[in-house]
Amino acid sequence: MTSESIKKGRFGEYGGQYIPETLMNEIKKLEEAYEFYKEDEEFNGELDTLLKEYAGRPSLLYYAEKMTKDLGGAKIYLKREDLNHTGSHKINNVLGQVLLAKKMGKTRVIAETGAGQHGVATATAAALLGLECEIYMGKTDTERQALNVYRMELLGAKVHPVTSGTMTLKDAVNEAMREWTNRVNDTLYVLGSVMGPHPFPMIVRDFQSVISREAREQILEKENKLPDAVVACVGGGSNSMGMFYHFINDENVKLIGCEAAGKGIDTDMHAATIAKGSVGVFHGMKSLFCQNEEGQIAPVYSISAGLDYPGIGPEHAYLHDIGRAQYVSITDEEAVSAFEYIAKTEGIICAIESAHAVAEVIKLAPTMEKDQIIIVCLSGRGDKDVAAIARYRGVDLHE
Amino acid sequence: MSRINKAFENKKAFIGFLTAGDPNLDKTEEYVLKMAEAGADLIELGIPFSDPIAEGIVIQEANIRALSAGTTVEKVFATVKKIRQKTDVPLVFLTYLNPVFHYGYDGFLKKCQECGIDGLIIPDMPYEEKGEITDIAQKYDIDIISMIAPTSEERIGKIAETAKGFVYVVSSMGVTGVRQEIKTDLESIVEVIKKHTGTPAAIGFGISKPEQAEHFSKFADGVIVGSAIVKIIAEYGENAGDELTAYVRSMKEAVRG
Repeated sequence: MTSESIKKGRFGEYGGQYIPETLMNEIKKLEEAYEFYKEDEEFNGELDTLLKEYAGRPSLLYYAEKMTKDLGGAKIYLKREDLNHTGSHKINNVLGQVLLAKKMGKTRVIAETGAGQHGVATATAAALLGLECEIYMGKTDTERQALNVYRMELLGAKVHPVTSGTMTLKDAVNEAMREWTNRVNDTLYVLGSVMGPHPFPMIVRDFQSVISREAREQILEKENKLPDAVVACVGGGSNSMGMFYHFINDENVKLIGCEAAGKGIDTDMHAATIAKGSVGVFHGMKSLFCQNEEGQIAPVYSISAGLDYPGIGPEHAYLHDIGRAQYVSITDEEAVSAFEYIAKTEGIICAIESAHAVAEVIKLAPTMEKDQIIIVCLSGRGDKDVAAIARYRGVDLHE
Repeated sequence: MSRINKAFENKKAFIGFLTAGDPNLDKTEEYVLKMAEAGADLIELGIPFSDPIAEGIVIQEANIRALSAGTTVEKVFATVKKIRQKTDVPLVFLTYLNPVFHYGYDGFLKKCQECGIDGLIIPDMPYEEKGEITDIAQKYDIDIISMIAPTSEERIGKIAETAKGFVYVVSSMGVTGVRQEIKTDLESIVEVIKKHTGTPAAIGFGISKPEQAEHFSKFADGVIVGSAIVKIIAEYGENAGDELTAYVRSMKEAVRG
């Protein structure tokens, strides 16, 4: 069983294909191509090789012994997606999608990016597989993450700063969708999260589900039992969906997603879609969104550019509705403290996004028994965040 | 006969679009009336949305101006009510699904009927998803206008067969905005549409010049102009009345052929 309901492309009432007519045939072609290639031995063989030989999979499941002892409760394991090539889980999805694009005969990929992780990963896969690549990134984000812009350019991608709307991730998605309607014949839009119109939420989930497929085997090997809880951060929700997927049918495994509460969910400076959002239709999907009383999409905020998105993937909205997964909100302050804590305790500088999940583990582990197990997804590494954390702490860095 | 049918009765229709609330709703009322007087056969009123993914920069900016001016769905309804007291010109809303969904389909469409709106265009609601609104729309006698794109190919038949009001033929790939040249073979697309439905087909996206209007009117039932009108409003703000009148007159003239 999967959590997909009977109707294709739907997770309960969520999901669907709310996109302009211009894209409908293309999205249907994508769906057909994906249904074909996901069963294709050659495709899967090539993807497996790329994941192993290029991205560095399987990623480690590391027992965080010092953290475990310090927190004095459940045993904590870290799923080290930060060790992948390009430094985050994003590579899992883009290798799959860019390979799929190539098989479909596309010569060009476009993608949105927030912090730059998905943009860098897409540019990387496009360079490797020989496709042209253009990245849409909010102008605010290009300024906050100038290094990632240069990184994408080094990889041969063209980066378009998006100056519409709030000039962040949501606007980058708008612009990438607009560009896709402009040019579908030779171009695939490589979406970075488990969102957008069907089949994207399914495709991205499937490619990211390698995280939980490995983690499940690894924990059974190490502990001979399943974890009691699995924890991951949620923006659009790709690393969490990947981390949850193969545990969904294990009813005793708690699934916990950590949203960005920014300056607090009682302020208007947050990106906590499950806690504060409501049902809507946007970016091709019916799901939960932060929006105002007029149905206008609300500006959101988080210290983490990767979680700074006003919606959430439709499968998460569904897992929340049926009570299979629970979602908590983590403030900037909690995330930054967790970022510092795991650096000092385990010697790991993780992404500020991932630090939202670590913050939840810091709260949760002490409330659990010593023979219980938590796996937390370290979705990315934190080099990109060091300057922002220093700024947050009032440290003046001269680079 | 519905007001929309009348727009196409024994003539080629000129359809004009403007964003409600740009620069403010009093001006929207004035501009709609001016356009109707100048010969517009049907007017599309855009309800502004924060993230209009099918729009080019000109209409995106109009959306922002309208929202910044405090435009709300309720206020747009009130404006339509006032307009309807003064003119019989067919009026359709163009907006994105979220504001409609958020208002509630039933409430929204009921209100459309009460205010005298004739149809609804929702660019992010394709054929596959329109089922969630069509029955309710029918109950209140509001036509859900379907769009057909250059990429629709074998989808044209099923879309055309269930089309209400008029078929909105998207002239080009991409988003709305003025184009120098439109290369799509629209004549063939319109021909296929005609095989499947008697509902009129109007062409939009990229049209700004009388020559284009004249050309497309030869085989389509009407042309739709948005960005060129919104540009006039952007340039002249609260004093766009005369410019709009002159522009709509010239386009209507061209459509007559």
